Amino acid sequence: MAEFTLDDIRRILRASAGVDEQTDLDGADFADTPFADLGYDSLALLELANRIEREYGIDIPDGDLAHTQTPHEALAYVRARLAEVHA
Amino acid sequence: MSASGIRPGPRGRAVVTGLGVIAPTGIGAARHWESVLAGKSGLGRITRFDPTRYPARIAGEVPGFRAAEQIPGRLIPQTDRFTHFALAAAEAALADATADPARLPEYEMAVVTASSSGGTEFGQHEMENLYQQGSSWVGAYQSIAWFYAATTGQVSIRHGMRGPCGVIACEQAGGLDALGQSRRLLDTGSRLVLSGGTDASLCPYGLVAQLSSGQLSTEDDPARAYLPFDAAASGFVPGEGGAMLVVESAASARDRGVRPYGELLGYAAGFDPATGPRPDGTRHAVLASVIRRALADASLAPGDVDVVFADAAGVPAEDLAEARAITEVFGPGGVPVTAPKTLTGRMYAGGAALDVATALLALTAGVVPHTAGLARPADGCAIDLVLHHPRRTGPRTALVLARGHGGFTSALLVGAGDRRDPEK
Repeated sequence: MAEFTLDDIRRILRASAGVDEQTDLDGADFADTPFADLGYDSLALLELANRIEREYGIDIPDGDLAHTQTPHEALAYVRARLAEVHA
Repeated sequence: MSASGIRPGPRGRAVVTGLGVIAPTGIGAARHWESVLAGKSGLGRITRFDPTRYPARIAGEVPGFRAAEQIPGRLIPQTDRFTHFALAAAEAALADATADPARLPEYEMAVVTASSSGGTEFGQHEMENLYQQGSSWVGAYQSIAWFYAATTGQVSIRHGMRGPCGVIACEQAGGLDALGQSRRLLDTGSRLVLSGGTDASLCPYGLVAQLSSGQLSTEDDPARAYLPFDAAASGFVPGEGGAMLVVESAASARDRGVRPYGELLGYAAGFDPATGPRPDGTRHAVLASVIRRALADASLAPGDVDVVFADAAGVPAEDLAEARAITEVFGPGGVPVTAPKTLTGRMYAGGAALDVATALLALTAGVVPHTAGLARPADGCAIDLVLHHPRRTGPRTALVLARGHGGFTSALLVGAGDRRDPEK
């Protein structure tokens, strides 16, 4: 299993929730910018969780990912889940 | 105050200060109007999917609409095409009205749209995901993209319009009902309402749902598939798109220094659950009553109306009923009747909204546009149908009629304003 990275979060957000012209997913601050400030609401995070579940074959309990505030936190959460599954 | 929350007594004047059009006749009010005057049809064989195996294969598709160029990128995967159309049309209408919602009180602005099919194409894709791959493949945005109010909600959020928003689902009559509701809101504390409607159900799921009405034309020649009031009428052709209008109190428009295209003078609605001809020949009675009540609402007499934009079902019994209703109120050949929607097909929730935009453009230009493509009027339709070319008669008042599947019946009267420059 390939490592889950910030690029994967960017890729999935682009495909699922889209990106506005004024939002910079490639900026240096991306990882620590709150999802809300990037323009992503709870529905966007739900869709992000759905897609990660499908693609990586893990189970993300409802709401878990929505409690993360930034891409960095989401990354840490998903990596932890992947490590549990593959342990 | 009545139970409806509407104060009795004289109303304020409701004017239209902005138009946004996304139609098979073109994107933008100016391009649409050029097509109408030129009789340039937007009908053709369906290209959005392969229609070979379906009995109806002709439609009016919006040419050259690229969502990525028209609306914020984030909203593209989150919403259906009917909402894409409405977001683009709403922005155009606000620009046309030189209205900046950020500078107006947020609770005095509202959004009221009509929707007939909801997010059909979006829903079809998610159903494909469900049946082909499983429930975890259904996207979260299905929860908000498919339903009728999706457009109103997205437009409201985008422009910060937090007044009494709503959606009206009255099939093809909804565009008029949304404008009627907008006018009511101006009497209850709103100053500006973005209103109108769009629909985009040219996908297999949407088309099959429409086929159940039995009224779609199975003709394969775009020039012969939708001929309302004609001896060769064989049903109608579906279209996609619609129009959004900025409806504003006359006082608000004056304060902002904006000249209106025209005024919403009168509105009435009724319901006729019967379908097909009636043995007693009264199929037209509900529509005639609705026309009379709209005239009464506007304090106008039949002789004050300069042009009627017909519902133009394209189904012989429905055309006959409409012609009889018009004749009963206005007398045989008593008023010019036109149906520019032969160029677009019937656009469901978007159709009547576009007809109102077309009527306002006609009043602004002083021209009655013609009904392109008809050859021989059907027997029994004793109406003065405007054929072959536009009439430059300087109309000042127009009546727009709309009927929706199942019995929705509405009429709206619009009067000329002093606007002189359709959207550049």
